[in-house]
Amino acid sequence: MQASRLPRYVDICVIPILNLLTALFVAGIIIAIIGENPFTALSVMLKGAFVYKGGLGYTLFYTTNFIFTGLAVAVAFHAMLFNIGGEGQAAMGGLGIGLVALSLGGILPVLVVIALAILGSALFGAIWGFIPGYLQAKRGSHIVITTIMFNFIASAIMVWLLAGMLMAPNQMSPETISFQNGVMLWQFHDILNRLGFDIGRSPLNLSFVLALICCFLVWLLIWRTHLGYRIRATGFSPKASTYAGYQPETIIIITMAISGALAGMMAVNEILGVQHRVILNFTSGYGFTGIAVALMGRNHPLGIIFASLLFGALFQGGAELDFEFQTITRDMVVMIQGLIILFSGALAYMFNPMLEKLFLNEERLKEPNND
Amino acid sequence: MKKKILEQKNGGQKSPFAVSLKSICKSFGPVRANDEICLNVSSGTIHGIIGENGAGKSTLMSILYGFYQPDSGDIQVDGKAAIFKQPSDAIRLGIGMVHQHFMLVPNFTALENIILGSEGKMGLKNGLQNAKLKLEELKSTYGLEVDLDNVTEDLPVGIQQRIEILKALYRGARVLILDEPTGVLTPQETDQLFEILLALKSEGVTILLITHKLHEIMAITDEVSVMRQGKMVANTLTKKTSPEWLAEQMVGRSVLVNTKYESGKVGSVALSADGIGVTDKRGFDSLKNATFDLRSGEILGIAGIAGNGQSELLSVLSGITPPSRGNFRINDKIFDSKNHCSPGLMRELGLSHVPEDRHAEGLVLPFQAFESVILGYEKNPSFGTGFFTKPEQIQAHCARLQDSFDVRPQNPTLISSQFSGGNQQKLVLSREISSAPKILLVGQPTRGVDIGAIEFIHKTLIKMRDSGCAILLVSVELEEILSLSDRILVMNSGEIMGIVSKANTTKAMLGKMMAGIPLEKAIEEKN
Repeated sequence: MQASRLPRYVDICVIPILNLLTALFVAGIIIAIIGENPFTALSVMLKGAFVYKGGLGYTLFYTTNFIFTGLAVAVAFHAMLFNIGGEGQAAMGGLGIGLVALSLGGILPVLVVIALAILGSALFGAIWGFIPGYLQAKRGSHIVITTIMFNFIASAIMVWLLAGMLMAPNQMSPETISFQNGVMLWQFHDILNRLGFDIGRSPLNLSFVLALICCFLVWLLIWRTHLGYRIRATGFSPKASTYAGYQPETIIIITMAISGALAGMMAVNEILGVQHRVILNFTSGYGFTGIAVALMGRNHPLGIIFASLLFGALFQGGAELDFEFQTITRDMVVMIQGLIILFSGALAYMFNPMLEKLFLNEERLKEPNND
Repeated sequence: MKKKILEQKNGGQKSPFAVSLKSICKSFGPVRANDEICLNVSSGTIHGIIGENGAGKSTLMSILYGFYQPDSGDIQVDGKAAIFKQPSDAIRLGIGMVHQHFMLVPNFTALENIILGSEGKMGLKNGLQNAKLKLEELKSTYGLEVDLDNVTEDLPVGIQQRIEILKALYRGARVLILDEPTGVLTPQETDQLFEILLALKSEGVTILLITHKLHEIMAITDEVSVMRQGKMVANTLTKKTSPEWLAEQMVGRSVLVNTKYESGKVGSVALSADGIGVTDKRGFDSLKNATFDLRSGEILGIAGIAGNGQSELLSVLSGITPPSRGNFRINDKIFDSKNHCSPGLMRELGLSHVPEDRHAEGLVLPFQAFESVILGYEKNPSFGTGFFTKPEQIQAHCARLQDSFDVRPQNPTLISSQFSGGNQQKLVLSREISSAPKILLVGQPTRGVDIGAIEFIHKTLIKMRDSGCAILLVSVELEEILSLSDRILVMNSGEIMGIVSKANTTKAMLGKMMAGIPLEKAIEEKN
């Protein structure tokens, strides 16, 4: 977040691509060591993610999850808050959807129930972000610690409810009954089928559109509203924020609630779009991967869309790898994802000093010509 | 005496110069901080280095005590070539640095601080005893009175500075670099420091004094070098020069030094403080019973050494912290500990605030200039509609301000941190003045600002006063207070020592009040 001395396009495009290539290079070496051709593996991955029937749909489905959790991390980060609680906030979002859909389904019109369910996910996620935000602002409890703890609390609450009060009767798995009366978001392959196109079955649903709308809204919020201005001012300089009269405590609480709401809406994709019932562990790590997505996307909605697409392709293409090669297991795919997170997240600025030398030298060489 | 030493040195084998720098260059990225600098410092003299902020003085001294390495050029100590890879190399050759911001551990005793880093081997006790003996000798030789067993944070700033000087001497420094040593001192403490420097000189210690205060150069140095924009522009004997000439060399043109401005036409009471007190989190009363009136059309200067309650006063009056006791009133509106005020409400009442710390408060450094220039005013309808901001309109507004306040470069999208100190201050000032305030609180308006910008800022404040604005000016620069204020309020340890009109006071009297003597006593002592 420091003011980089590099040209903007280098910071935004060249560095992420360089990081990605380095990660793929290292992954390629490892694939070569276990005796497979890295280029064949890469081509299988790309085909699996984009070319095979339904592949693109799956890729975009995963992308949707990452957009929501990535945006959540990014919004908090603009106020210099590190929201690691995406998992818990998403889980609570799922609970919000479940409560609305199960209690109001059949009583109110379907569209109203769907809208309320989406709001429910945002509200429950927001509450799960609000509490750590409040504790940080008023009590000084560090947001990283509290959000991690709240992941565990959310997980425990979900187990308690899904194995108890909310558990569907006459069966053994911890999940609710399926939502009745068509409370669900339409899937793209259904919509296109009716129009006469066959794109292959995939779980991609209207949540994807919702995710893109949220990207636009987040951009609007951060760079075009008073609140966004105040969030950024507080993030960069709490003292300046106090001087201007913005009350950093209030800003922290509001920002965490918005961040939680975005993470909570990830459940719309999984629960309302695919499962149509609340199940355990549907968040399966998307909340954490959102941190890497936000880092790679430089906390900008447009960057987050591209980073989410990358991780979505990785998820889907990785599954294909697992399927095609005997030697490459699911664990190997997780390792490749790990490498990408390592190079584009933890080592995101590894190439900066080198590039700075390169570009600043070039500028110095240009100078005498100007004189 | 100086001549004698010089003659002695010339007579011997030794070089006449304690330190000489030849063609020193140092760049930071594209910025040339030092450009072909040559400097010869005669042994046993006080050599002043003067220049505006950003002229490259600190960089040059950092090279001399081994903190930076020059890109090219040579350093000679006592006529022998020297290469400093780190500060310990420089101190080995007898070059010691006294920093502007002291490098002391607050909860150590003076003795512990002095021996820090040269405690000797295992077992501290022996080392401490030996150090004490050596220090007693140094103290008596140079007249550096310090109680070695006191905890550093309890000592006044002047004494802390002596500890820094002793620290350097203890390590065998024969050349002492002092970076802006008087910035934090009272006039009396400054006099004492100068006595110490003269004592050091008489014992043959060479002193390099970095400052931007002309009168200090004239008062104490033997020779003076002037730096401007990374270059050494003049080297001369101090007695052959004048403050006006030096100022001209510093900025490259003539400036008015310490203009005395006419008094303003004083109007009605704009802000009235009644017994304001602040108790901080530790239970310490940092501001006590502040009672005064601020009238429109006047500048009320708040004099005092930094940290004597001025910051707390600004913080209360600007609405950032509520007062713990007492109240203040603007337009019949009374604010006290229960009746909360906020900076936003204050702005609505026509009160603007130029904060003391422009880096942490006045600007959001990573923001572009046009974003920083609406800090606190973003809801102004001319910057957007409803919840939304309109960046194009704000940029146009910023460009207009940059034009009328001569902010350079005139670029609304430049990052705030990339402007120089003076231009940053102009950005803050332009923002606070553009709302046409009735009351203006100003904290340290020219701290770290170059002479050209100082003049502009002073004239702007006078113009505001003449247009009927009530101005409360907090500054640690006594000259600035004396030059601009109509009345002067002196603070010490959170208390008001007295309020005097400019015509009825002298620097000496203000100095006494700053040191904690109330007005009545200060007058008695004078008579």
